[in-house]
Amino acid sequence: MYFLASLSERRRGQLAALSIAAVVIVVGVPLWWRTTETYRAWLPFSQIKDLSKLQLHLSADVEVVFARGTLTPEQQKKLPLTQTQDEEHAVDGDNVKVYIGQRRTAILRINAEMRAGKTVEQLLAVLKPQIKQVLQVMSFSHTDITAALSDRVRFNPGSKESMTHSMRAFTSSPGYEITFSLLNPDPRSHRLHWDIEGAVQTYIQPFLTKLSPLANFSIDSQMLHYAMLGVNPRYNNDRGAFILHADSLAHVINPVEARLGSNAASSNPVLNFLLYVPDAQHSPLYIQDHKKMDVPSNAFHSPRWGGIMVYNVKNLYGPEAEFPVNININMAEVMGVFLTQLRLLVGMESSPPPPGFLVAPCGSVGLADWELDRLMWSRSVENIATATTTITSLAQLLDQIGNIVINDNIAQQVSSAVTSVQLAVAELEAGNLGFALQYSKETILASEKAFFDPSLLHLLYFPDDQKFAIYIPLFLPMCVPILLSLLKMASEARRRYREKQAKKD
Amino acid sequence: MKILTLLSVFGPYLFTDSVNIENSAGQFFSSGHTNNWAVLVCTSRFWFNYRHVANTLSVYRSVKRLGIPDSHIVLMLADDMACNHRNPKPATVFSHKNMELNVYGDDVEVDYRGYEVTVENFLRVLTGRLPPSTPRSKRLLSDDRSNILIYLTGHGGNGFLKFQDSEEISNVELADAFEQMWQKRRYNELLFIIDTCQGASMYERFYSPNIMALASSQVGEDSLSHQPDLAIGVHLMDRYTFYLLEFLEDIHPSSKTNMNDLFKVCPRSLCVSTPGHRTDLFLRNPESVLITDFFGSVRKVEITTEVLNLTHPIQRVEGSPVNGESHREVYSYVDQLPVSEIIHQKPKQKDWHPPDGFILGLWTLILLVFFKTYGIKHLKHIF
Repeated sequence: MYFLASLSERRRGQLAALSIAAVVIVVGVPLWWRTTETYRAWLPFSQIKDLSKLQLHLSADVEVVFARGTLTPEQQKKLPLTQTQDEEHAVDGDNVKVYIGQRRTAILRINAEMRAGKTVEQLLAVLKPQIKQVLQVMSFSHTDITAALSDRVRFNPGSKESMTHSMRAFTSSPGYEITFSLLNPDPRSHRLHWDIEGAVQTYIQPFLTKLSPLANFSIDSQMLHYAMLGVNPRYNNDRGAFILHADSLAHVINPVEARLGSNAASSNPVLNFLLYVPDAQHSPLYIQDHKKMDVPSNAFHSPRWGGIMVYNVKNLYGPEAEFPVNININMAEVMGVFLTQLRLLVGMESSPPPPGFLVAPCGSVGLADWELDRLMWSRSVENIATATTTITSLAQLLDQIGNIVINDNIAQQVSSAVTSVQLAVAELEAGNLGFALQYSKETILASEKAFFDPSLLHLLYFPDDQKFAIYIPLFLPMCVPILLSLLKMASEARRRYREKQAKKD
Repeated sequence: MKILTLLSVFGPYLFTDSVNIENSAGQFFSSGHTNNWAVLVCTSRFWFNYRHVANTLSVYRSVKRLGIPDSHIVLMLADDMACNHRNPKPATVFSHKNMELNVYGDDVEVDYRGYEVTVENFLRVLTGRLPPSTPRSKRLLSDDRSNILIYLTGHGGNGFLKFQDSEEISNVELADAFEQMWQKRRYNELLFIIDTCQGASMYERFYSPNIMALASSQVGEDSLSHQPDLAIGVHLMDRYTFYLLEFLEDIHPSSKTNMNDLFKVCPRSLCVSTPGHRTDLFLRNPESVLITDFFGSVRKVEITTEVLNLTHPIQRVEGSPVNGESHREVYSYVDQLPVSEIIHQKPKQKDWHPPDGFILGLWTLILLVFFKTYGIKHLKHIF
C-alpha cells in the first residue's frame, strides 16, 4: 500500500483523508443522530408526579333548619332570621329518630330535655353525631370512598359488604348498553306479547334520564325463541311445581349468553336483562334460595352482567286452551324487578340504613335525589382515582422506555387530562358536585384515550447486542479506510518528527 | 345556619356491619372475579406444524365446554390446516390418532387468522391499544374483575417465541405487556400456559402480581410431540397439551379440582420434558384456586330480594303516526370504500428523509476510492 509518491502528492492524499474524516465526524454523526432519534413531545412529568400523591378533600354543604316550636324563644333569638317554610311531613313510627325524604331533606327528632337550658351552639354540638350519620347515609361515608378507590387500595380487605358491593357494580364507563331479552323456549305453546317500548319509555327511561350526568345509556331489546336455560329444574311434589335451587343458578347464564347478541360497534359494557317464560312442560318454575324458601320476585342477578327473571304463565290459561296461547306480559311487574336489578348494578347501596332511620320509598322514577348524589360522589372519586393511576403509569412507562414515539396528540391529551384532574379535585373540595363529575368524566376520557392510543406500542425492544449487529455492517466498511489513513498519517508525522529530532542532534 | 363539614378522606377503614349476606359470602370470597376471558394463540403456520393448531383448538374446545362464550375468547390461529391441500380429510383437524375427535367442528370462531397473527397484534390485544375500528370480537374487553387464561403454543427457544416463522416475541416484551395490563387493571388474575420448547424461559421475567404460569419444559429441554397419525402424515398433538386435555376432560363446570392437580399433569415419565410452574407472584394459595376459576366461567349470582312496586300504567308511545306519510328515518350505510375519493386522490407527499447510514457509507467509500485512484488534480478533467 506504500508507494513512492512525491511530497505534494502525499500532502494531497493526507488532505483528502483528513477532509473525509472531518466530513464524516462533523456532518455525518449529527445527521445520523438526528435521523434516528424518536420524536417525543413534551409531557408535564412534574405535574404528573404531584398527582400521584392523591389527596382528596370532599366537602358537602349541610343546612340545619329548626322547625317552629322546637327551640325556646331565647335560643331562637340567637339564630339569624331565615325564611320559614310550612311543610307537612307525615312521619309515623315511634322509634324513628331520622326520616330521610325523597329529595335532599332529612328530618331529625330531638327530645324536649335535649334542648332545655342549652345555647344554640351546645344544641348543635349535641346534634352533630346524628347529623354526621345522616350525611354518611345521604352523601358518602368512609366505606363508600374506599370502595370507590378500590383499585388503589385493593389489597386491604374491607368489610364483606364493601367487597361484594365493589364487585357487583360496573366500573365507571362513559356509556353503557342495556339489552332486554325475552326468552321463549316454547313458541308452540305460548305466543308472548310484551309492550317493551312503552314499558321502557314509562319506567326505565325516566330513571336513565335522571342518571344522564353519570353516563350515556343505550337500550335495545330482542326476543329469542327456542332458548333454553342450561339447567334442568327438579319437580317438587309438595309444591306441584318445578324448583330451581340457588346453587344451580350460576350455571344458567353461560349457555344463554352465547345466544345473546351485542352491539358490535361500541366497546361499552353491556347489561343484559332476561325475561324467561318457562315452557309448558316445566311450568310453573320457582326459584328457591339457600334456605329452601321461595324467592318472591322469582329473579336473580349476576354482578357486572345483568339479571334474569322467571315469569310463570301457567295460571293464565286452563288445560283445555288452544295452543298456541296468546299471553300479554304484565310489564309493570317485570319492570319493577328489572329496575331494582338495574339500580343495584349501577351502584346503589343495598345495605339497610342504620337503626332508627326510616327511608322514604324512592318514588316513580326509581331514584331519590340523594341516591343520585351518592352515586355522583363515588363516581367522581372513582373517575379521579382511575384517571390519576392511568396518567401516572403512562408517564412512568414513557419515561422508562426511551424508544416510544410520543406524538403531539398524545401529549395534548395527557396535558388536558392533568388539567381536568386538578380542576375536578378543586371542585370536589369546594363541594360543587356537578362540576366535579363533569371534569372527572373529561379527565377519564382524555387519559384513556392517551393510554390506549395505538401508536404507543412498544415494539422496539432491542437488546444491545442486536443494536451492534445492525450498525456494524453499515458503518464498519466506511470507517475502516478512514481510520487506517488517519493512522498512517499519524505514524508518518511521528516518523518525520523523529527524523527532525535526529537531524537536529 | 350553615355548617360546612370538611371530610378529608384517605386510608382503609374497617367497618363492622351486621348485614346478613351469608348467601353470597361463600362464593364471593373464594375468588374476586366476575367474568372469564381466554386468549389462545397458535404461533406457527405450515402443514408440518399441524400439532400446534390442534393443541390450540383442543384447549379452545375445553374452554368452551366449561362455559366461556365465544365473545370472551380471543382465538389467534394461522388456520391453514383444515383447508390445506395436503389434508387428506378436508375441513377437519384431529387431535387424536385414528381420527377420533375433530376439534375443528362447526362453530369455531377464529378472531385473528392467517397473517393477522403477529407479535404486534398479540401485544395490541393484550394491552388494549387497538385502532378504534377494531370490532368487539377482536378485543380483550376485560376489567379489573376478569380472570384471564393465556395459552401459547408454537416453536420457542430460550427467552423467545417464534411467530409465524418470521418474527419473535421475547420474554421481556411479554413481561412488560403484562405489567401494562396490571397498571390499567385489565385483569384480576392471570393464568399463563405455554407449550413450546424451553417454555419456562418465557415466564422467568414476569414481575406483575397475580400471575400463575405453567410451561411444558424447562430451559434447555425440548417439548416433544405425542404421536403421529400415519393417515394424515404429521404429528397430531404435543405431549403436554395431550395430557392437559385428558385432565380437563374430567373437569365439569361445578367441579372443585384445584391448581395443585394441574401442576401434576404430565410428569416426566409421560412427557419426557419436565413441566414447570411459577406461583410466587400469585397472591392466593394454589390449593384454593379452582380449575374452573380460569378454564370455566362460573358466574356469581345474587338473589333479587326487594322489588320496586311500580303502579303507574304504561304511557302510550306516540311514535307510530296514523297517516301514511310517516317521517321515516333515512338510513344509509357507512361508505366503507370511498371509491371516488381513492380514484381522485393525489399521491401523498412523502416526507423527505436524509439518506441513512448505509447510503452515506456507500458514497463515502466510492468517493474515497475515487480520490485514491485519480487524485484531486484530475477533477478538472471530469467536471
